[in-house]
Amino acid sequence: MTPSVSLRQLKPGQRAVVKKIGTGGELGRRMREMGLVPGTTIQVIGRAPLKDPVAIKLRGYNLTLRNNEADHILVEPETGS
Amino acid sequence: MSRPLTIALAGNPNAGKTSVFNALTGARQHVGNYPGVTVEYKEGSVQHHGRPVQVVDLPGTYSLTAYSPEELVARNYLIGQRPDVVVDVVDASNLERNLYLTVQLMELGVPLVVCLNMVDVAEAKGLKIDAAKLSRMLGAPVVPTVARSGRGMDELLQAAVELADSDPEWTPLEISYGTDVDQGAAEVSALLQGPQERRGLLSAHWLAVKCLEGDQEVIAHVEQTPELAERVLPVCRRVASHVRSTMDDEPESVIADYRYGFIMGITRQVMVSEREMRMDFSDKLDKVLTHRLAGPLFLFAVLYAIYEFVFWASASPVVWFEKFFGWLGGAVSAVLPEGVLRSLIVSGVIDGVGGVLGFAPLIAFMFFAIAIMEDSGYMARVAYIMDRVLRIFGLHGNSVMALIVGGGISGGCAVPGVMAARTLKDPKARLATILTVPFMNCGAKLPVFSLLIAAFFARHQAEMLFVLTLISWGLGLLAAKLLRVTVLKGEQAPFVMELPPYRAPTLKGLVIHTWERTWQYVKKAGTMILGVSILMWAAMSFPGLDASQDAAWQARMNAAPTPAARSELASARASAELAGTLAGQAGQALTVITAPLGFDWRTNVALVGGFAAKEVIVSTMGVAYSLGEVDTEHPASLSQRLAREPGWSPLAAFALMVFVMVYAPCVATLVMIRKETGGWGWAMFSLAYNTLIAYALALAVYQGGLLLGLG
Repeated sequence: MTPSVSLRQLKPGQRAVVKKIGTGGELGRRMREMGLVPGTTIQVIGRAPLKDPVAIKLRGYNLTLRNNEADHILVEPETGS
Repeated sequence: MSRPLTIALAGNPNAGKTSVFNALTGARQHVGNYPGVTVEYKEGSVQHHGRPVQVVDLPGTYSLTAYSPEELVARNYLIGQRPDVVVDVVDASNLERNLYLTVQLMELGVPLVVCLNMVDVAEAKGLKIDAAKLSRMLGAPVVPTVARSGRGMDELLQAAVELADSDPEWTPLEISYGTDVDQGAAEVSALLQGPQERRGLLSAHWLAVKCLEGDQEVIAHVEQTPELAERVLPVCRRVASHVRSTMDDEPESVIADYRYGFIMGITRQVMVSEREMRMDFSDKLDKVLTHRLAGPLFLFAVLYAIYEFVFWASASPVVWFEKFFGWLGGAVSAVLPEGVLRSLIVSGVIDGVGGVLGFAPLIAFMFFAIAIMEDSGYMARVAYIMDRVLRIFGLHGNSVMALIVGGGISGGCAVPGVMAARTLKDPKARLATILTVPFMNCGAKLPVFSLLIAAFFARHQAEMLFVLTLISWGLGLLAAKLLRVTVLKGEQAPFVMELPPYRAPTLKGLVIHTWERTWQYVKKAGTMILGVSILMWAAMSFPGLDASQDAAWQARMNAAPTPAARSELASARASAELAGTLAGQAGQALTVITAPLGFDWRTNVALVGGFAAKEVIVSTMGVAYSLGEVDTEHPASLSQRLAREPGWSPLAAFALMVFVMVYAPCVATLVMIRKETGGWGWAMFSLAYNTLIAYALALAVYQGGLLLGLG
């Protein structure tokens, strides 16, 4: 078991599994309806020119969110990637 | 059999819902706004074997909660209007997330047909979907389609009509959300059973789940019956605290997790992915287009290309429109006798409305360029690239488009700019963007700048225009920041946004989108602007010269020795006439306020006229500085005149340019702000905010300059 880290700490190309969405309210709701729920596999595909926001791939499509939003998402990086 | 049917289209943004709508209805559609919100709806009709079928395009949503205006509008339409069939447009290449809305439609219980769209894209991604099995598992017809090419549209319509003709009952789907939530739902549902009229036609179970989800709309509905709320809400609170203590989560996230679990149960059985999650063509393109260095450069090149394209393409049509209105004015002048009526129709109506409609081709090409950006998926990348910068000023990545359309690289128009702010979902960032757009250097301010630059900064024309562009961006962003820390203070709404795959836009889609928006602009020009043009015409025509003054001028002109002297006197007469009008008197009265800025009464009249449309500033200054008719496109002679005029200096000219850049948005923009913000309040705020800032800046520039000895 790799320890959980926040999505912000992942590097481009790295894959991980969502463990927990640590926020409620509008932001949490928005993340859920976009398919970010525990158990989802995600991959960081890139960052904007100023390193923020971050773009990720999940469920076969691409999503972007700000770093301070990514902080709420705890993930478990895939080993070996 | 021949009863008219209504089909509602639901679906995620970017799932191709608009393509399905366009493919079904063609050009037989119209756009409207839902009352009170700026969410658009479209209605169209189609004939199915000679039978009229009404198609309603609901706003694109990812979910069916009640948190965004789009979701609320879509849900209230389904519940209130009960369409015969709901066609859920699902992106086959992105099935899991799209089914999240499908499941919620099934939970609501609507008669459902699933339009499995973009199956070609899914195949190209190596996804194989068993439509027949999906149909069995969902208990709803599933029709594979490619809406962009029209594939499957007949079958889709056939399936929808067949389902409607079977008079389907609403059959709410009940799935498990885990023991705790299920037990709570059963308890609440038992309380909500009872008189049908109290829950409309909705199922008690659906209402119960919504209460547990914390859905404010449904809870407010329950609270209308206090004795019911007294029993229901404690159960909801108990379930919530239990879920929190045992699962460290909110009921609504647990419910969402189970929905996705339900979806995964389906997709695992109907979908085979031949390849693993991998980089596709769109991702490779993003590697370049959102690259650290190449991305911003490409963005800048695209924006520049849009301007080149829009001005190149619209140059001839704009001239045709000008010629047409010029011809129309001439024709009316020839028919009507000289007098107030002719002046009203020619100077008030034709010049006023023509001045705005003359811009229609430019606006149309601008919308066309924006439609390409939107339909191709590039617009989302613009937001992605720009968000970090604009966030500093309390704006959003998407604000950049509105600001550019509004004149960010010189030559846009604030009216479509304000409309372009619709792409923003965050209400406060959207308002801040709308109120910032008028700071940009729109096309109508350019003649004023070129006039004054030619007169006072002749050796540095391009540099000066560039400096003015930088100033407008700087002021606009600071003004946005000021709003965001005062009247529009508050948390930023979530950014979380889909980056849709790049797609080649279809010509049909582009034409429809361009036409819709251009038509809205033209309609507005035809109504509100007509009234304002007439008012401004009246203010600049009456009371004018009285009979004795008129006779005196006539006598002097008749006595003029040469034709040149005669025409000079005619100009002087026009200037005197303007001074006597309401606008002229207002201009003279305003000198009390504007003298510290270095403006004389003639400039004031022009600025008052510029409130109707900034184009009027140059032509009014022409009349005021007694040049008779001034050609807005070639104000060279006026600039020579101004350069010689006492009281004018480069400093005064610069103060005036700053003032014109920032002061009161034109009437057309104010009307659009009112429309987009739902009331006159923000339009009036914009009027005051901009004018006050303009005054303060021009005062600082002029008085500061005088102190430094620049006057």
